[in-house]
Amino acid sequence: MSSDILFQLYIFILAIFVGFEVITKVPPTLHTPLMSGSNAISGITIVGAIIASGSKKITIESFFGDIDLTVILGFIAIIFATINVVGGFLVTNRMLRMFKK
Amino acid sequence: MIQSLIIPILYLLSGVFFILGLKLLSHPKTAPRGNSLAGIGMFIAIIATLLNNQILSYELILSGIIIGGLIGVIAARRVEMTSMPQLVALFNGFGGGASLLVASAEFYRIQNNIQEFTFFAILLSIFIGGLTLTGSIVAFGKLQGIIRGSAIKFKGQNFINALLFLIIVIGGILAILGNFEFSSVVIVSICISLLLGYLGVIPIGGADMPVVISLLNSFSGLAAATTGFVLLNNSLIISGSLVGASGIILTNIMCKGMNRTIWNVLFTGLGTDDSSDKSKGKSGQNKIAKSYDPEDTVVIFENAKNIIVVPGYGMAVAQAQQIVSELEKVLESKGANVKYAIHPVAGRMPGHMNVLLAEANVSYDKLYDLDDINPEFEQADIAIVIGANDVVNPAARNDQSSPLYGMPILDVDKAQTVFILKRSMNPGFAGIENELFFNENSIMLFGDAKETISKLVSELKQS
Repeated sequence: MSSDILFQLYIFILAIFVGFEVITKVPPTLHTPLMSGSNAISGITIVGAIIASGSKKITIESFFGDIDLTVILGFIAIIFATINVVGGFLVTNRMLRMFKK
Repeated sequence: MIQSLIIPILYLLSGVFFILGLKLLSHPKTAPRGNSLAGIGMFIAIIATLLNNQILSYELILSGIIIGGLIGVIAARRVEMTSMPQLVALFNGFGGGASLLVASAEFYRIQNNIQEFTFFAILLSIFIGGLTLTGSIVAFGKLQGIIRGSAIKFKGQNFINALLFLIIVIGGILAILGNFEFSSVVIVSICISLLLGYLGVIPIGGADMPVVISLLNSFSGLAAATTGFVLLNNSLIISGSLVGASGIILTNIMCKGMNRTIWNVLFTGLGTDDSSDKSKGKSGQNKIAKSYDPEDTVVIFENAKNIIVVPGYGMAVAQAQQIVSELEKVLESKGANVKYAIHPVAGRMPGHMNVLLAEANVSYDKLYDLDDINPEFEQADIAIVIGANDVVNPAARNDQSSPLYGMPILDVDKAQTVFILKRSMNPGFAGIENELFFNENSIMLFGDAKETISKLVSELKQS
């Protein structure tokens, strides 16, 4: 377990450095598209949301019958993350098509 | 085989696509390709996740994706370019909110058998995600005009924020030591982080929005990365940290553009009441600014060779980008050379002016950065300031007592004639008086920027 965590810390730190190196000089023209494009990438949380809403483990008895809190939270998370992903990539594409010489 | 090999390899592949996508996104020619590559990366990651054997039912997943996808498509298609800062803020918020929800969902799944490290990661993910969600909603509200745009402050604000943060830290430690129930600490942390996002952004004025939006952008990435630690998922960690890094880079550029540190922007916002009182008392009052009608300026424009346009947030508010582009074409047909000077923090998000002018078909090689254009103002016959204020305030150069002192500005006052398009004499968002308006070579054109430029364009076409 602890070596797993260490391994993930390595990846985290290295990926941050990759991020800094890859995006060194961004011309101001691209500041907004870079922001909305990278924002769409942060919608990667959709991966976690899918796992949460697809799994069935725990149920809470309630007035409405058995409610699975993990599934419900995961379902809302899927909606949020998909808005982020789909909206983000589309709006970035729309902006980039406007840039002309 | 699928679980232990193919899924991890697909995740790795998606990470590679994201890195390539971001790399290509930082050059104008390759940017559209970069965006598509990142999109493919996301598609691969989603497919890989659907192969996971923990997933027992697909109905909810599919309906969630359809609902979210529809909202995303409509938002992206419908949004006006002038409202882009609001939309980006909102998208950041959804990303942060998703991380908060996933971390909470995972907590309820494993709460009876939770490791200390995972609990710590869950708290961190909730904290960053919650902060990003409500912080972005407040930023959206300010930009959309639902919440008052200026800085809203009260005494002891920073103290209360620090106290709230400490409650999470102490609660987390006590829970790990076994003194508190995990679930109550999680619920309290959710409430506090949502509150902190609100309290953190509410005191920040409109002019500082570019910094806030890029910081929230970075947070939405870091929230995803911490969720990766919760789920032990490398794909989230890699993509999240890439976005975190790119957001930090943009935040840095914005802070440099204002010559302020991030702490200064976040904890001592400009535009407090006493700072505006001070500068008002010192200047203004008996000085009078020259004001012309658009018709009176035609002669000056007719004889100008070098013209520099300086757009600001006022151009976005007046939706004047199309008519500005028309003005450029009329002036060029009369033999003038027109350039645009773009201050890094002009507008309400990084690159705001560039997007608006691109929408109006202004070629991007006519847009110049602060450092490239500043030496050219001395040779310029005319500088036209359209709805910009603080970024052209000479007090940033000369007046040590000004809150703007030290901020790099566009040296418009060095041009032969400076036209300033403005609604009224009211000071800008930061509430700071601008000496520029009273200069010998400054001429005010009061009114709606779109109407003023329309009049100017039709006069120029007739002459």
